[in-house]
Amino acid sequence: MLLIHCPYCEEGRPELEFRHAGEAHIARPENMAELSDEDFERFFFIRSNPKGIVYERWRHIHGCARFFNAARDTVSDRFLTTYKAGEPKPDLDGEGK
Amino acid sequence: MADAIARTGALEGRFLNDEGITLVRAEPATRLLLRAPETALKPLSKALGLDLPQRPKASVSGGKRAALWLGPDEWLVIDENGGDLMEDCASVSAFHSAVDVSHRNTAVLVSGPRVEAVLNAGCPQDLSLDVFPVGACSRTVFGKAEVILWRTERDAFRVECWRSFSDYVFMLLEAASRDR
Repeated sequence: MLLIHCPYCEEGRPELEFRHAGEAHIARPENMAELSDEDFERFFFIRSNPKGIVYERWRHIHGCARFFNAARDTVSDRFLTTYKAGEPKPDLDGEGK
Repeated sequence: MADAIARTGALEGRFLNDEGITLVRAEPATRLLLRAPETALKPLSKALGLDLPQRPKASVSGGKRAALWLGPDEWLVIDENGGDLMEDCASVSAFHSAVDVSHRNTAVLVSGPRVEAVLNAGCPQDLSLDVFPVGACSRTVFGKAEVILWRTERDAFRVECWRSFSDYVFMLLEAASRDR
C-alpha cells in the first residue's frame, strides 16, 4: 500500500486515510463578480494536468482531517514531497526525472 | 402497549472471547469533540483537569477521564465517570468549539495477545509497539468505517466508532477474531 507522509501527523500513513483535493496553488480571484466569462472559465475549470510533477492538495480525511499540499510525479505515482497548506511551492528542479 | 417498548443500547449484549482475543462493549461514557486554537489550550486544560496533548498520536489520561489528540486543533475527550464535560467547558471564555458526542459514539474494547493482528484485518496502520506505543491514539479506518484507535495497554485497544457503524465494526472484529 502507498504510504503518504502527512506533514501534520509527521509520519507516513496508508493511502486509504487520504483523499485527493484537486490542484494546489490556485488563487481565488478577489474580484470574482467582475471577471469575464473566459477568465472565470480559466480559473474555475482549466487545470494544468501535466505529465510529470504536479502540485496537488490532499486531505488526511480519516486522520487529522487537515488539508496539505503534495508534489507528485504522475508518471511513477511517487510522492516527491508533502508540505503544510500555506507554505510556498518547493523547488524540485531536476527531481523525479 | 407503549410500556412494552424497551430501549436497547448500541452493541448491548455483544461479547466475544476466542483464543487470544476478547471483544467487549465499552460502558457508556461522556464524550466531547473539542476544537480550539492554541490560545485556548491553557484555560481548557485547566477546566477539564487534563493537559491537552499537542503531539501527534498523543493522549493523556487521569482517573477515568482522557483526552486524545486527533488533529493540530482537535481532541476527543472521554469521561467514563459520567462527568459533565460540557459544563466544565462552559466556564471557559476563550474561543473554542465543544460538541457533545456522547451518544454519537460508542466503543469496543479489544484485548488479548492477538489484538494487533485482529485490528490489522481492517486497519492499514502499523500497530506494532514501537510505532504505536501504549497511550498512542489515532483516527483511522477499520474496513469501511472511520474509527478512533487508542492503545490503553500493551495488548488492549479502545476502538471508538459512530454508533450507526458499531454493528459493522463489531461484526468485522468478530470475523477477524475467528480468522487464524
